[in-house]
Amino acid sequence: MGSAVLTPPKAKPPEDSTPPPGKGNDGPGGSGGSGGPGGSGRGGRRHPPNWSLPPGAYRIAIWMGIVSISMLFAALTSAMLVRAEIATDWVHGAIPSILYFNTLVLILSSLTLEFSRRSLRKEAEKGFTGWLYATTALGIIFIAGQLLAWRQLAAHGIYVTTNPSSSFFYVLTAAHGVHLLGGVLALFYLVFRSRKIFGTPQKRIAVDVTAIYWHFMDVLWIYILILLKVKL
Amino acid sequence: MGEVQRGPEQRKRFVGKYIFSVDHKVIGRQFYFLALFAALVAMLLSWVMRLHLGWPNVQLPLLSTLSPAGAPGGVLTPEYYLSLLTIHGTLMIFFVLTVAPQAGFGNFLLPLQLGAREMALPRLNMLSFWTTFAALGVLLSTFFISDGPPITGWTAYAPLSAAGSITGPGEGMGQSLWILAIALFCLGAVLGSVNFIATTLGSRARGMTLHCLPLTCWAWFLTAVMILLSFAVLLAACLLLMMDRVGGTSFFLPAGMVISGDLIHRGGGAPLLWQHLFWFFGHPEVYITILPAMGIISHILSCFSRKPAFGYQSMIYSMMAIGFLSFMVWGHHMFVSGMNPYTGFAFAVLTMAIAVPSAVTIFDWLGTMWGGKLRFTTSMLFAIGFVSVFVTGGLSGLFLAQPPLDVYLHDTYFVIAHLHMIMGLAGTFAIFAGTYFWFPKMFGRMMSELLGKMHFWLTFIGAYAIFMPMHFLGFEGNPRRYAALTDNFLKPLIPMHRFITIAALITGAAQLLFVSNFFWSMFRGEKAPDNPWEGTSLEWTVSSPPPPENFSGGTPVIYHGPYEYGVPGSEKDYVMQNSPEKIAGG
Amino acid sequence: MGLAIAVVLTLITAVSVSLISAHFWWFPVDVATHGPAIDHLFTLTFIFTGAIFVLAQLGLAYLIWRYRDRGQGGKATYLHEPAMLQVTWTLIALILFVGLAFMGHRTWAHMHYTGAQPGALRIEVWGEQFAWYFRYPGPDGRFGPIHPSLMDDSMGNYLGLDRPHDQASKDDIVTATLGIPADRPVQLILRSKDVIHSFFVPELRMKQDLVPGMEMPIHFTATEDALNHDGGRYEIVCTQLCGMGHYKMRAFLQVMTEKKFEQWLKQEAAMQ
Repeated sequence: MGSAVLTPPKAKPPEDSTPPPGKGNDGPGGSGGSGGPGGSGRGGRRHPPNWSLPPGAYRIAIWMGIVSISMLFAALTSAMLVRAEIATDWVHGAIPSILYFNTLVLILSSLTLEFSRRSLRKEAEKGFTGWLYATTALGIIFIAGQLLAWRQLAAHGIYVTTNPSSSFFYVLTAAHGVHLLGGVLALFYLVFRSRKIFGTPQKRIAVDVTAIYWHFMDVLWIYILILLKVKL
Repeated sequence: MGEVQRGPEQRKRFVGKYIFSVDHKVIGRQFYFLALFAALVAMLLSWVMRLHLGWPNVQLPLLSTLSPAGAPGGVLTPEYYLSLLTIHGTLMIFFVLTVAPQAGFGNFLLPLQLGAREMALPRLNMLSFWTTFAALGVLLSTFFISDGPPITGWTAYAPLSAAGSITGPGEGMGQSLWILAIALFCLGAVLGSVNFIATTLGSRARGMTLHCLPLTCWAWFLTAVMILLSFAVLLAACLLLMMDRVGGTSFFLPAGMVISGDLIHRGGGAPLLWQHLFWFFGHPEVYITILPAMGIISHILSCFSRKPAFGYQSMIYSMMAIGFLSFMVWGHHMFVSGMNPYTGFAFAVLTMAIAVPSAVTIFDWLGTMWGGKLRFTTSMLFAIGFVSVFVTGGLSGLFLAQPPLDVYLHDTYFVIAHLHMIMGLAGTFAIFAGTYFWFPKMFGRMMSELLGKMHFWLTFIGAYAIFMPMHFLGFEGNPRRYAALTDNFLKPLIPMHRFITIAALITGAAQLLFVSNFFWSMFRGEKAPDNPWEGTSLEWTVSSPPPPENFSGGTPVIYHGPYEYGVPGSEKDYVMQNSPEKIAGG
Repeated sequence: MGLAIAVVLTLITAVSVSLISAHFWWFPVDVATHGPAIDHLFTLTFIFTGAIFVLAQLGLAYLIWRYRDRGQGGKATYLHEPAMLQVTWTLIALILFVGLAFMGHRTWAHMHYTGAQPGALRIEVWGEQFAWYFRYPGPDGRFGPIHPSLMDDSMGNYLGLDRPHDQASKDDIVTATLGIPADRPVQLILRSKDVIHSFFVPELRMKQDLVPGMEMPIHFTATEDALNHDGGRYEIVCTQLCGMGHYKMRAFLQVMTEKKFEQWLKQEAAMQ
């Protein structure tokens, strides 16, 4: 991702590269703007008098958001590694088994979201909304499951302050949960606007963007699970 | 006008137009005003601190009225001095130097210079501003709570900041609010930079290749990438610090701490972890404030030298190199903190390496002026001043980059001099240069050049008078963040502190010239033409101020690079980016 | 206007350079054996940065004066990027700057890569809000264990020693002044009770943070010459913001002859 964004200007003669304002170059950004992830959706191909958002923008934005969130969790990870390294009080905590069930639910929800998108591509409105409902429900089940995991831990007397690894357990799951909640809100938006989104091709980008984010939440969760599972 | 009753519709229009606006031009100006306000507050705080350092026992009745607890009888308490320096640093670094050059000028100018109708995600943009606004509100609210603002400085080193109110006044609610403010600021900054990246990548006009981007846009884009990568880390650090304070965890609290006679029942945490996380953000942050400034200065120097920006490409590569290396040098803030000495040396070498692209940018600026026809507008004067203080501040950095010398100079006034020269002054000079340059475009009127030049001379000479002597204080070993000079070896330095205080008061007063010039010109200034400085970039092709839709005659088409000044054979001495005129050679 | 800025820039350069070379505000005397190396490095860096400072500022002044718009019409030189020139000065800058980093390497290595010499006098330096304490191991050469729960300033048990029970603590000497003999290697072990402090004695050219939960060893040798200035008494200041009393957190370093030091230590031991 980062490398695509930071691609330095290719060896084109800089100053006199007066682009012929003609065909093949009508996308904004012309030859240089290959940075957009997904490559598609050249922003604002035409600028109609009633200007609308360049569709590529949403894609770029969500990928940038993912970069930022990744940095957040990278920082938390390095904090955890350092903390475990120096600690004399590190206790490796077993993770509640309900987390595996939750993981399954989350993976399932990614699948249902893909089914929903496939239906959308096939112009099947029923399938689109149906799978969307399913995804939202699974998302809510996941969050409920996470809360249940917290309850289980608390029942075993393991709280945030019990030991450093439990602190990190709560912080990491909570940080992920908050981000996932954002995804659930986005799903709610899709559900409530599903008719409109289905009817207007330009609005379908919302589904794509939510899907990118949701799958990222999925991957992020698996990463966190592994991190918590590994004996530091 | 006055008699007409405002209907709800009009009121709504006003709110939509000036308050909750999604127009990048309004949001850019909102960010600018937010920074201006923060800068004024921060300057007043520095006045109070300087007065206290020069004349510790002098009574200022006004102070005791403003803060009875912080200045009983008009004399500042040591803890309130620390509170003031914390808020001064936080305001300047976050809300002025990060906001004004990037979010302020960037929001206003990026779409105009790219030839776009709007930022890519206008509503996200609005959200970014209001998040930042809330952050400022939360930060300043610490003045109005009973135990006052935190006393840990803008770096908030744990465990002083992590153990709660037991470590000192302001460490209760004040510190928690500070963390909240910074967390909100992180959020706003990340939202804004997502938008900057999406706009730069996706919303350029036809023909605006990456080689035709003005250096300002390059700088804003690269800075946005850096914000994206670094502020998330600060957010994570804030989260952990907050957990230590209110959640009872011990990420940063070591075992066996005894504070004021009380044993703290936590344990195992690593105080240095906070420093690593903080400076992993903190060093890129230095370049986040200076990169947009470099873009602005390159842009202005080229325009007023009437000459193409010398080394356009090397400037871009230098900025990329600086951005990249800035993530690998954070350890040079920690030479005396107990880091592994071998690691420390590696950081020293990398730090010296980052001086190379910085030196290249200075060569480029001098090269731009070489052979030019310099026009000394106020904006140009500030740009020249920027180059001067950037050189001075950069050179003092060469001392601090060497661990054995940093061991002596660390946390002395030398560091204050260095960071104010390279970051504070260079940053504000770029903001001033940008303001005098783009004011006509932002507000449709010209600023007074006479007042502007007076402002420049007082500021430039005053800046050196304040900060040059601070280097000498550093040689003498004067530690920073001291509320009073009571040590024997510091007492002879009091006359020097008084000199600095007087210089600071005069220089500060000169800023009132700027503020009055600013607001007078906003309403009474001469009407600005479309292109008062004969610039080449796209913002000068539209009216001043630009129409709501930016480019009323349809989106522009770009034919040239951004700095075609002094083109041989052309009729005028500059060729606009959207002019179809052919350029011979080049 | 061009002339005015050129003149002001030249003046600023001249005043700065002459104030620095006059040494009017300058480093205090240097009383540690590693000090001359640091001072030498300072001098080198001053010459190096001074030369660049003068060149850059005067160059800027010259350009401003030489290329001001004289209103005679005509155009500026149309010049974009001479690649060779840029590569050249980038390389020059790289060699100079990185070279400077390696110049300081030996001094740094001497200070930090190796531990104290075997026979060095070991002293613990403790910081708390807002005071310093120093602990000498006593005749047995061992520091007794620390019990944070026993720390109580009002009882005079500043460091939480359990003298009745811990054998090693019995002869530990806790003082408020850091007394050291001249011309003998000293190892300081820096520790903090509460927040981060920093140990700084300008005359020793030495500074190190005291981080709670960590032990930071540093080492140095005070020169014979240290006895001759201010009666061998130097201020120890805290340079890491540690709270409201940060500015007055201070103690003294007392350099003595070996004989006087033994006497002083005996006196202190008697007061425990």
